[in-house]
Amino acid sequence: MQPCTVTCDIAIQVSRRGRPGVNLTTIDWLIMLLYFAFVLGIGFALKRFMKTSKDYLQAGRSLPAWICGLAFISANLGAQEVIGMGASGAKYGIVTSHFYWIGAIPAMIFVGVFMMPFYYGSKARSVPEFLRLRFDEKTRAWNACSFALMTVFSSGISMYAMARLIQTLHVFDKLFLRLGLPVDWIFHFAIILSAVIVLCYIFLGGLTSAIYNEVLQFFLIVAGFLPLVWVGLKNVGGWDGLKAALPVAYMHSWKGMGSAQTNPLGVDWFALVAGLGFVLSFGYWCTDFLVIQTAMAANSEESARRVPLIAAIPKMFFPFLVILPGLIAIGTPMVTQHVMNHDAAAGVTASNAENLSAGRGLIPAKVDPVTGKVMLDTHGQPVLDYDLAIPNMLLHYFPTGILGLGLTALLASFMSGMAGNVTAFNTVWTFDIYQSYIHKGASDAHYLKMGRWTTVVGILISMGTAYVVLGFNNIMDTLQLVFSIVNAPLFATFLLGMFWKRSTGHAAFIGLASGTVGALLHHGLTIGAGDHPGIHGGWLHVIHTYPSDMALNFWQAIFAFTINFTLTVLISLVTKPRPEKELVGLVYSLTPKPVEHHMAWYARPSNIAIGLIILLVGLNFIFR
Amino acid sequence: MSLDLRIPLGLLFSIVGVLLSIYGLVTRGSEIYARSAGLDINLIWGIVMLGFGLTMFLLGRYSDKHAKPQPPGEGEPRPLGHNH
Repeated sequence: MQPCTVTCDIAIQVSRRGRPGVNLTTIDWLIMLLYFAFVLGIGFALKRFMKTSKDYLQAGRSLPAWICGLAFISANLGAQEVIGMGASGAKYGIVTSHFYWIGAIPAMIFVGVFMMPFYYGSKARSVPEFLRLRFDEKTRAWNACSFALMTVFSSGISMYAMARLIQTLHVFDKLFLRLGLPVDWIFHFAIILSAVIVLCYIFLGGLTSAIYNEVLQFFLIVAGFLPLVWVGLKNVGGWDGLKAALPVAYMHSWKGMGSAQTNPLGVDWFALVAGLGFVLSFGYWCTDFLVIQTAMAANSEESARRVPLIAAIPKMFFPFLVILPGLIAIGTPMVTQHVMNHDAAAGVTASNAENLSAGRGLIPAKVDPVTGKVMLDTHGQPVLDYDLAIPNMLLHYFPTGILGLGLTALLASFMSGMAGNVTAFNTVWTFDIYQSYIHKGASDAHYLKMGRWTTVVGILISMGTAYVVLGFNNIMDTLQLVFSIVNAPLFATFLLGMFWKRSTGHAAFIGLASGTVGALLHHGLTIGAGDHPGIHGGWLHVIHTYPSDMALNFWQAIFAFTINFTLTVLISLVTKPRPEKELVGLVYSLTPKPVEHHMAWYARPSNIAIGLIILLVGLNFIFR
Repeated sequence: MSLDLRIPLGLLFSIVGVLLSIYGLVTRGSEIYARSAGLDINLIWGIVMLGFGLTMFLLGRYSDKHAKPQPPGEGEPRPLGHNH
């Protein structure tokens, strides 16, 4: 959930460093083309199975748990996540793993064990539809509209980030030069290429196609990044060598968490556990239809419960795949860099050489695009461009051949991030907006058609967003701010809805709306240390300064949740509850508990959950 | 759904594995491996991917052959028995 900012100055800066970009040969292109062929092939192969809107938008509710489980984490594993986590690993160290161990696993266990029976068992076709069944129409409308908008915008951001990265790494430069095309067109080419591929495979095979390709992408990411970690670790002298090359604070996840002043994140343990671990993480993993849609596509309620639990196993070890490369990038000695990049270094000017030495490990310093000088922070230290940690690792350690595989993995992760958003958008639009408010009672064939064509519209809006982001520098930060404000209070509504039969529709709606307004006000009145009032907070008036942006974000979530929770409870107590018989299957205390005794011991969700908790505690203990 | 994902997944990994292994064999000892700490990473990783790809492909084929006949879906006519 850590956003990355692949900004335009990266492109300028990489070219100024004198790095020639990627030197791809036939084998690299072959691997990339093979992947694209398979992605489209899966779409074509699935087309004949898409007969009803349920087949298309809900994958016929027929997929095995392991496929949905891997898609569950892949949907979240867009390249912004991969690049952002690598960047954060390089900047903060192992402490970044909290975004996985605290910020994902407990919520994934909770949604699998406790919430999935209601999502799946209620026969709701989407998360907003569950809100209508449990509460009322207006709560659903609020959630459906805000969610639909956010998904297409996120997909656009993903598209923009991919086009930027392709441009930055000069992937297509040689191809364009050979064809006599202007290099400036590469951005447009990357946008159109990704849009066409994602459009084709979703248009043809719907959610099944998106899920299948997410699984393919999961294995590609592992296949592309595992050798990167292996070679990188070998180069820095193994785990011990890495430890020796990095500051002590980089290797611990809990050290200094007692106070916001003594750890690199600038948050204390309470804000971390309550803000990230509870509100933000549960709000995302337990209510975001982007991930929940994959679990709802499972072939039975038992499978659906297992989906997030199966997903949690690889998720727990993902820090070793995406955060560790960031640490290795910092730990890679400068000497080997110069030896290996001698071809690139041969053409560097004096100022480039200065930029190179201002960096750290494989992370270059940011360069002012106007003056060409290294950018310095308020302490006179060079500002490092951490977003280049993973791309530079790939370029640095991979020879041609496997480099094609690594880049394919990166491209695949961008595309599946987009695809998950697009399928979530077409389901919510078709079922929760179109069928509910625009055209009720049409034939299923009509809704199937609507679902298909919504894919086209969703992709067109994403492309539009990508260009808007290109045109206005601040828009990406603004959109991410809006997402965080809308998402912050959400979990309180679901928690009370599923576990307190007394909560009412009016209360849920007012609570949700007030939580959102509360988050907005909090953002306007507080700021992170060192920021200027504006997009980073304090645009109304600064009444409190947090030690870091992250602390502001976590506390904002805590406030929004508390406002929503308190108001929903208070208003529920003075409004009329729904009769209990209408809430069977929707509320915990009124629904028969799922039975597990007929399953093998290792297949029981509660046993898997216990195993996961033991592993989680173990990992936190080892890397304390 | 009657497309077992393991089949295309296995095929993709096998083909990429074969490509990487052949390329790794041809370029053995080349200076391009100075980058990857002296390891012929193309050959090694090609073999790993081929192994994984073949396993997935064979598992997919095996379960396809032994798949239970699907029960009729809602609304579809049930197969009728013969009156002998």
